Order: sequence, then C-alpha cells, then structure tokens
Amino acid sequence: MEQLLKLLENNARLTEDDLGAMLDKTPAQIHEMMELARAKGYIRGYKTLVNWEKFSAAKVQAVIELCVTPKKSHGFDAIAATIAAFDEVESVLLMSGGYDLQLVVSGRSFQEVALFVAKRLSPLDDVRSTATHFVLRTYKKDGEMFLDEDPDERETVL
Amino acid sequence: MNYDKIIATAAQEMRASGIRKFFDIAAEMKDCISLGVGEPDFKTPWAVRDAGIRNLEMGQTRYTSNSGMKELRTEICKYLDRRFGLHYDPNSQVLVTVGGSEAIDIGIRALVSPGDEVIIPEPCYVCYDPITHLTGGKVVSIPLQEKNQFRLTAEELKAAITPRTKMLILPFPCNPTGAVMEKEDLEAIAEVLRGTDIMVLSDEIYAELTYGADRHVSIASLPGMAERTIVVNGFSKAYAMTGWRLGYVVGPAPVIKIMTKIHQSCIMCAPTTSQMAAITAMRECDDEIDMMRDEYNRRRRLLVKSFNDMGLSCFDPKGAFYVFPCIKSTGMTSDDFCKELLYKKRVAIVPGTAFGESGEGYARVSYAYSVEHLVEALSRIREFLQELKEGKA
Repeated sequence: MEQLLKLLENNARLTEDDLGAMLDKTPAQIHEMMELARAKGYIRGYKTLVNWEKFSAAKVQAVIELCVTPKKSHGFDAIAATIAAFDEVESVLLMSGGYDLQLVVSGRSFQEVALFVAKRLSPLDDVRSTATHFVLRTYKKDGEMFLDEDPDERETVL
Repeated sequence: MNYDKIIATAAQEMRASGIRKFFDIAAEMKDCISLGVGEPDFKTPWAVRDAGIRNLEMGQTRYTSNSGMKELRTEICKYLDRRFGLHYDPNSQVLVTVGGSEAIDIGIRALVSPGDEVIIPEPCYVCYDPITHLTGGKVVSIPLQEKNQFRLTAEELKAAITPRTKMLILPFPCNPTGAVMEKEDLEAIAEVLRGTDIMVLSDEIYAELTYGADRHVSIASLPGMAERTIVVNGFSKAYAMTGWRLGYVVGPAPVIKIMTKIHQSCIMCAPTTSQMAAITAMRECDDEIDMMRDEYNRRRRLLVKSFNDMGLSCFDPKGAFYVFPCIKSTGMTSDDFCKELLYKKRVAIVPGTAFGESGEGYARVSYAYSVEHLVEALSRIREFLQELKEGKA
C-alpha cells in the first residue's frame, strides 16, 4: 500500500494498468487497494498542481501565523476546525514553536486577503494574534519544482 | 595533407558508430522523447556531492598515488566483500581508474597481444570490439540468443574457444539486453575455463542493478576463478556518478601491477576530488543504491508489460536499466523501425544493431527516465504500432 500511495502522490494520473505493472499486481487488485485507501482516508483526493503565477497574477497567497487560545476540552481542534471551514483557507497546520496555527490563505488580491484576516480571522474569540506573510514567488511546492525545468542534456550513450 | 595515410590503420579500422548521426537528428527535433541515454536520471547522492565540495574547499587537489588513494582502495575491498562476497587486498589487487571504461581499456591492453583472440558475447556494450582491435587482437563474437534469455551458455563458449583464445569478456548484467548470469550459469562457464589460461574480463558496472530474487553474482567469487578474472566496476551506475569518471578494477596482483603501469603512463591517477567523494559513497550510500534500484524496478516492470501488451515481445531483463524488446513482428529492420519511430512519433530508441549484428530485430530502450516520460513515450510507440497495423505509418 505504501508504494502505491507514493506513486500516486507523485503522479495521480497513472492508470490502474500502469500502477499494476509497476507494483506487480493486477489492475483489479490496484482498484481494490485504491478503494480501500480512499475508504480508510489515506487518499484524500486527486488534485492538479497548478502554477497560478505562470497562468495569471490574479491569485494571491499568504502564509498566516496565528496564536490562539486552546479550549480546555478540545485543545486546538475546535478553533482549527472553525478556521478550516473558511473557503479562503487552503491549509491549516498545528505547529510547534513560536506560534500555534499556520494557515495558507488565498484570494484574488492582496487587499482581499488582508480583509479576510482583518474581518474574519482576527475577530474570532480564540485568536490572540496574527502575522501575515504574502507569497511573492513559488519555487517549489508539494515536491514539484515550479521553476522552468532544465532541459535533459544527457547524451545518448551506448 | 592526406590524413587517411597519416592516421594509424588500426584506428581507421575501428568500427564506427552509425548511431551518432541518428541521435543528433533526435536532439534537434522539437518535442522529441529520447529513451536513449545510458546513465542514471538520479542526481549523485547529496552526501557524495558534499564530500567533493568539502575536499575542494580544503584544497585537496593534488595527484594521488597511481593506483588510487589507499583509503579508497580499502573501502572498495570492504564494499566488494560486503555486497558480493569478493576478497581482495587493497595494496596489490585494486586499481582506481577513470571510469569503468579505462579499466576495460587497460585490462585488454595488459593481456591481449596481436593475434590473440578475445571472445565477446553480443549484443554488448560497444567498446570491447574497438579496443581489442587497437591492440591487434582478434574479436570472436558469440551471438547470444533470446531463447537463452541472452545469457552465455557453456556450449556457446566451448565452440568459440581455440588455442589462440586469450580472454573472455563477460558483460553481465548486460547493456543493452538487461540480461544477467545467475550462479548456475556462471558455474557452467567457470567449469569450461578452469584449467585453461583464458582470462575473464568481467564487466560488472551494473552489478548493483539487478532485480531478481538473488543479488548479482561475480564469476570471481566461484572456486578457482579469482586467479583468472579481472573484475571491472565503478561508481557511475550504482551511485549515479557518471560525470565523476571513476571506476576500478580488481584482480590477480601480477595483472593489476601491469595495468597500473599502463595507467601510470596514460592517466597518472583518477581525479582526486572524485576519489575523495567516492569514499563517502561507499561508506554512507548503500541505502541510496537500494532506493534507486527499487525505482528502476518499477519502471522496468512497466516497460516489459507495456511492450508485451502492445505486441512487441520483451523478455524479462533482470539487470541494468534497459529493456530489449523484439521488433521482428513488424517486419522491419531495427534501423528502419527506430528511424520510422523517430520521424513519425518523435521517440528515439537505439537499434539493437548498434550493439552488434546479433542485435538485429531488437531495440534498446532505457528506463533511466521519469515514469511520466516513459508513459508518454509508450503511448506514442503504441500509436505507431497501431498505425503500422492499419498501414498508415
């Protein structure tokens, strides 16, 4: 299962036939494993990595550091779930170190993101402070280089 | 000046590779997918690169001893013992060379005199024939058979031996076929050679890249064979260090001594930075080898199954990073098949004939590429075959 997950994490478009060939299993077995992975929640979805900076400038992202007050009974989970429910929030991570939650928030402009922080996040009761860092350029994301790739200059060697 | 008269006859008569022009065309072709390379797509492990950088920063840029740094020769012996059960003395039985290629060159030059016969199983890597020719040796080819999984059999070897036979080249795991020789295959070969004065040059550069149940076995590990075998290996394929140009050869002390004398005259010593980095490779990078081999294995399975599914029968190669599908079902020659595939679908693979006449009817496909790259290439080859069937190509 781990090998299948690793292959899919790198390339979710591989067919069950190809995955089966690589892992020495039948396509039906791969199908079954993928269903199981989905049911168990190992696979959360199949998305495409889009380089929006290359496509257009009409998407802005910010990393936001939040200090929050954990609840007695639920720790950080309740406030994290509340924040995760906002459509503008792309990811929510509980962090060790100088702050509690790290969010990635996206919007169509710097102003839109700033307003989201000012009007939606900051007023939440459990949010003690926010620090917003706008993303200026993405070089690598989820293991993929976002820079133009160097051409393969390896020579044909017999 | 008439250079034809000036250039040495043996050099002029070296078999020229016709494939270069073909791949020059491919390199200029837009959106062409090449499956032609013979080197890993992985980067050299970071620990090795870091060691190279650190040694440059320390200014360790002088010649080393001719036979290579003692520390490296010691690591090579430990590695060969650990990975393949081979036992050599770092002081007298190891020479560090500029890639496996130099080791092959001086191995042949140290042993082959004009008129001596060198047995070369084909299809095989392209350097053995021209080097033998340059020494004045005579090449005796053994065309290997797909029905034998491109392994050398004792019968084929016996039939090729004459009183003039000096050397057997044993290139396994094999470029281009991906064939391996298992222990019982080697036992049969060893049985033919024991009691003769025939030396074996065992080119084991792909020794770490085998995918069967058992690891690579060196013929030198069999009883009575170390004394008649020189083992060539290197860092290029196992550690993805092609550009570092570092290999080595181990064998009987008297042969290594002569090879060192030739090496001393031609090369002086292998690159110092590479030698220092290689010490780190051998000490710290066994896990990296395993990681790369696992990845190659997945790609290998993908190619073998895909070629068989699309009607090009492809035997299951257990070594190196090549598959060698049979294209005879198309009715085309290897050259024509590869040219048509290049012009029609912009996919470059190497005709089997580039590796000897017995490669006719086959093509070498490298899987030293990402899965994404391979999947796209396979899709184009599938289309090409479909169009051939429909009479469009």
